[in-house]
This record gives sequence, structure tokens and C-alpha cells, in this order.
Amino acid sequence: MKLYLKMMALHFSAAMSYKSSFLLMVLGQFLISFASFLAVHFIFMRFDDVSGFTYTDVLLCFSAVLMAYSISECFASGFKYFPSTLSTGAFDRMLLRPAEPLFWVFASKMEFSSVGRLFQALLIMGYAVVGAAVEWSFFKVTVYVLMILGGVCYFIGCYIVYAALCFYTTEGLEFINIFTDGGREFGKYPISIYGEGALKFFTFILPLACSQYYPLMYLLGRVKSPLMGLTPLVTICFLAPCVIFWQASLKHYHSTGS
Amino acid sequence: MKKYRLYFTLTLNHQLQYRAAVYAGVLTQFFWGLLQILLYHALYISNPAASPMTLEQLASYFWLQQAFMTLFMTWFLDQDILDMIATGNIAYELCRPIDLYNVWFVKSMSNRFSKALLRFFPILIAASLLPKPYKFLWTQPPLQLIFFSISLISGFLVVVAFTMLIYVLTMLTLSPIGLRIVALSLMEFLSGGIIPLPFLPDHIRRYVEWLPFASMQNTPFRIYSGHISGSGVFSAIGLQWFWLVILLLVGKVLMQMALRHAVVQGG
Repeated sequence: MKLYLKMMALHFSAAMSYKSSFLLMVLGQFLISFASFLAVHFIFMRFDDVSGFTYTDVLLCFSAVLMAYSISECFASGFKYFPSTLSTGAFDRMLLRPAEPLFWVFASKMEFSSVGRLFQALLIMGYAVVGAAVEWSFFKVTVYVLMILGGVCYFIGCYIVYAALCFYTTEGLEFINIFTDGGREFGKYPISIYGEGALKFFTFILPLACSQYYPLMYLLGRVKSPLMGLTPLVTICFLAPCVIFWQASLKHYHSTGS
Repeated sequence: MKKYRLYFTLTLNHQLQYRAAVYAGVLTQFFWGLLQILLYHALYISNPAASPMTLEQLASYFWLQQAFMTLFMTWFLDQDILDMIATGNIAYELCRPIDLYNVWFVKSMSNRFSKALLRFFPILIAASLLPKPYKFLWTQPPLQLIFFSISLISGFLVVVAFTMLIYVLTMLTLSPIGLRIVALSLMEFLSGGIIPLPFLPDHIRRYVEWLPFASMQNTPFRIYSGHISGSGVFSAIGLQWFWLVILLLVGKVLMQMALRHAVVQGG
């Protein structure tokens, strides 16, 4: 952990040495996610609700997912850029170091410009938390925090699987994007609106809905069982099979030799 | 002309090498399009009267968007050209007896075109096999198809002409990342890449529809789906040509200016 903090400080000072470029990147990230928010806003100027969810309901969901995405993008971008780590041979160096390779991949890159996105998420959250029809209690706040944590685990899990698949293919599989970027874009809305099939998929195969749709239903008081509020724990557990898959795939690794 | 055709086929052949990446891309885009349609389907079901487009129109809009994405995605810039500017290799290009603007135009055109060539057919075929409200409809009146093709090509040229402006501005400023991200996210939104333009509130849409961004993917896809019809088709294509001419002229003039002040970076 201490080592991780040290790496973090290093990455931070590296990012800070190009201040204006960094600030522009932050601004850019903010604008990109702002456009995504505007889309939701304009949609709801036309439609009062989607499958029973109002504007503030959706924003509550949107803010949790966006927050989770920006946090995981900041810390797990080492996995996102893993194909190039592999093809340049930088991964060989990581294997030689003490401590887990998984740790080194985590620490290899941090994208602080996601603060732009995070800031956007905070703004939406502020609006949604005040505006949504939720009677906040200590437990409900915990559920909301769990939603974010669950989301972070979901995205990091997907990134780890993406990187682990690179051991077999060397190249990145664009298909995983549908679960990461797609999870962010389509996860703005509660998964249930995409229909039964999508909901089942995102519950039992990739548990994104567990940190999104089910706890949201609990927050909004549509389901009473507090157990529903704790479903994000499933998403947090999802991280385990991802890490196991990574460890198993690591055995498959052949250096690219360069 | 022959030189440019050579450039075109060269880039095309180069791009066609990456077939595995294409299959992965097709699969991704197919599911992306499907989710997009499911989302708008849910909106439509919630309140059919509020939707400015019918389900069939939405389905063809989004399938065409995925199929021809590489022609129209505004955030996709030619890394070769950007590297050329940053590393100073642009000097070599300048030594050649060809017009830099035209070469880059052809280069980015063929780059986008080759990507689309491999992708659009499988996506549309797969999409047409889906059940009714989600499926892509091939059967449009021939006249509509002709107008769609004209508009598709014009819109494509508008996109390329616009990205040329970004390359030229990159030459002028050399610190392009921030500017680029701001410009690109704005462009994507205003061109209808995030939500179809008819879904914007009317008082905003009225102005946005006149911008060059609306002459990109918005026009051809809405002509195909029949959302723009009758005399609207002619004025929409007219507007596309107007912007194409303006963008080409501005691009060429700016390029001349940039070349006059060109500083070749490093060696």
C-alpha cells in the first residue's frame, strides 16, 4: 500500500509537470461527460419518464455509474492500456520486480484527468440527491455509497478481464468496450428499461445491474426489502473471479520478445 | 488526379490488413446499436406522442449510424497526419510536388472509407435479421435511396473537410490536445452523434439544424428513414453542398497561411 501511494505521488507529479495540458485534458473530460448529461437532460425535456423512472431517478443512477466509472478509469487505466504494455515488453520488466504483477499493472498508469468526469458526476449527484424522491436515512446513504463501490468493482473487473484476455491474443479485444464504455453510457439509465434479456444478462453474467437497478429500486422505495439495497455486494464479489481469471491467464503468458 | 488515386488505394490496402480488428469492431457496434435502439424503444413506449421519430425511423437511423460510423465519427483523426505535424516529418511532404491539402484530404478520406467498407455490410445484414421494430429495413423507394447516397457522400465530405480544419489549426498552434477535445465533443453532440438532432428541444434544434455539423450524419440518415422528405430533401442536400464549399475554401486558405508561417519541428 505504501508503495502504491508512492507510485501515485510519482504519477501525480508527472501529470503536474505539464500543467496547462493537464488542465485542458480535465476540461475536455468534463465537456465530454457534460455532453452525455445534456443528452439525458434534453431527452427528459421531451419525455416525462422512461419506463416509470423520472428525470431525478435516472440522474441518481447516472451519477453513481459515472462516479464509479471515473474512479475506476483513474486507477485502473493501467489495464486499459495493457495491450501496449504487453507489445512493448514493459510487462516483462514488471514480472521481474518483487510483489504481484497485478499490483504493478495497477500502479503503471493513473489517469488523473478523470477528475473532470468525477466533478461532473459530483454535480449531478448533488442535484439528484436533493431532487430525488428518496427519504434519506443512514442506511440509504450506505446503499448509495455501495452502489458507487460496486460500480467501481464492476468496471475494474471488466478492465482486468480485458487485460487478461490480452495474454491469449496480445491485441486488445475491442468487444470489452461494450461493457466498460457501454456500461457507462447505457448504465446512465436503469438497466431494466432495455428489457428482460438485458436485465438478466447484467444480473447473472456481468452484475452491473446489481449495483445500479436493484439498489436504485430500494432507494426509491419501490421494493421494501433492505436485502435489495445490499445487492452491490454481489458486484463487489464479481472482482474475485476476474482476479482468478487473470492469475490463470498469466500462466499463459509468452513474451513478445521485444 | 492519378497521384491522389494512388494515395487512396495505398491507404485502402494498408487498412484492409487489419481484418481481425474489424470483426471485433463489428460485433461491438452491433450490440451498441441494439442497446441504443432498445433505449429509444423504451422512451417511445413510455410516451409515443412525444417522440419526434417513429420506431422504424429510429431503427434505421441507429443502424445506419453504427454501419457508417467510421465515415462520420468526428473524434476520429488520422494519427499519421498528427504525428507528421508533431515530429516535423511534414517537411518531407512539403518537398513533394503535390498539394498538401489535397493529399491529406485523400488520406483521411480513404482511411475512413476503408474502415467503413469492411464494416457496414455485416452490420446491416445482421440488423435486418432482427424482429420487427428493431430491424433494419432495406426496402426503401429507389428515389429515396438515390438521395440517401448523394447525401451520404456529401455528408462524408463535409466531415473530412471539417477535420482538415483541425489539422490545419494543429499546424498553427501545435498544442492541439485541449482544443481538439473541446472541438470534438462539441461536434459530436451537434452532429447528432449522441442523440438524434430531432430529439433536441425545438428552440435549440432550429439553430443547430443550420450548422455544418447537422450536414454530416444527420442529413443522410434522416433521408433514408424518411424523416426528411419531399422538398426538404433538396434543401438539406443544398445546405450540405453549401457547407462543403465553405469548409473547403476556409481550409485551403488557412493551409496557405499555415504553410507560410510553418515552423518545422525538430529533426
